Amino acid sequence: MKKGQTPSQTVGPYFAYGLTPEQYGYPSLTSIASADLRTPDVEGQRIRIEGRVFDGNGAAVNDAMIEIWQADPEGRYAHPADARGGNIAFKGFGRCGTGTDPEHRFIFDSVKPGAVDAAQAPHVNVIVFMRGLLSHLYTRLYFADEAEANAKDPVLQSVPAERRDTLIAQHEEAGGVAVYRFDIHMQGARETVFFDV
Amino acid sequence: MTDSPKPYAPRDWGAHPPVIHPDYKSTRLRGATKPLIPLKQTLSELTGPVFGHDCLGVLDNDLTRNGRRDGDPPGEPLGERIVVSGKVVDERGRPQPDMLVEVWQANAAGRYVHKVDQHNAPLDPNFFGGGRCVTDAEGVYRFTTIKPGAYPWGNHPNAWRPNHIHFSLFGPSIATRLVTQMYFPGDPLLDLDPIFLGTPEKARDRLVAAFDLTLTEPEFALGYRFDVVLRGAQETPMETGR
Repeated sequence: MKKGQTPSQTVGPYFAYGLTPEQYGYPSLTSIASADLRTPDVEGQRIRIEGRVFDGNGAAVNDAMIEIWQADPEGRYAHPADARGGNIAFKGFGRCGTGTDPEHRFIFDSVKPGAVDAAQAPHVNVIVFMRGLLSHLYTRLYFADEAEANAKDPVLQSVPAERRDTLIAQHEEAGGVAVYRFDIHMQGARETVFFDV
Repeated sequence: MTDSPKPYAPRDWGAHPPVIHPDYKSTRLRGATKPLIPLKQTLSELTGPVFGHDCLGVLDNDLTRNGRRDGDPPGEPLGERIVVSGKVVDERGRPQPDMLVEVWQANAAGRYVHKVDQHNAPLDPNFFGGGRCVTDAEGVYRFTTIKPGAYPWGNHPNAWRPNHIHFSLFGPSIATRLVTQMYFPGDPLLDLDPIFLGTPEKARDRLVAAFDLTLTEPEFALGYRFDVVLRGAQETPMETGR
């Protein structure tokens, strides 16, 4: 057995049939997760999260994969480490490639998470993979309409003030659904804050 | 917060590749340029999706059979059959049972099923190249496949990727998430590959599987061993200022 963490390597350009086969139309394998986190029985405010991943030239990346992990509307995670027990109708995990939407968006259908603890504002954990990224990156999505909670959130407050906006998803209503727009900029003046988790 | 599990030791940036490695050209515009901001792990990072044996289809761990044409007899993929197996542990050596391992790869000719792969090597009508398995109680996973071929790519003139299999693991939380690639021992392309060489030198050998006669299936397939080490709990939970 070799010692030490196994190094990360890029997900490459051809992940789709292995990791997101149903989204990309490969019938030989089922998907373990999709971009729709809801089940028919889930309660809570239905939301849509959408955005694009931009490279240093401002071009939308069409071979990124985004994963999200979030609490249920009561702020509980569906995981044994959360002793409160998660909502069985909400698993909290979604995965979406940016290669099937004509505008290269990732689009998740979910419910709005509750606050996980007394300190943190509601948020969604986001993991970014793509060809040309040798180690995956972590960021967090916060909600623009939670300004009061955001102002007290210790993670958000640990970010230099001028960069906090990169973590705030903008709220708009579209056809009766709350849409939160969260673009990820890999480089440039609006480079998204990534965390050393 | 509820009864909180121990935080994980940091990602070892002495082992993981930097997000910009200029020899791998795509990283130049896609890697973040600003330093990562330290985050004190909360329940958000100490939890993650749980996938167990119930997410497996019957042929998911056999890539020699999950993409073959129906018929009597059914089709067989071309190439050298191999068994790939290994143990998933954390960096303190503790086995990681019931962990999902997702894999995908090129066929024996070096061609991916993916629609955007335009390499003119042939597709194999009996090989798909994607699968998954789950570790057992001792943290051991195992799947059967075809040895993937090398293929050219556009990074630089006459660039070829070494033979490799892509791996995706979650581990117990999103903090332990790992996407990596397994390479084969003795591959002359390793020393020429900017993706492999983007990995810090001391950790490169962790990406190379070992030929293992005990894993072979006589008269059927050769065996390769590839162990995976995920992040483990921090030794001193209160340590700060990393």
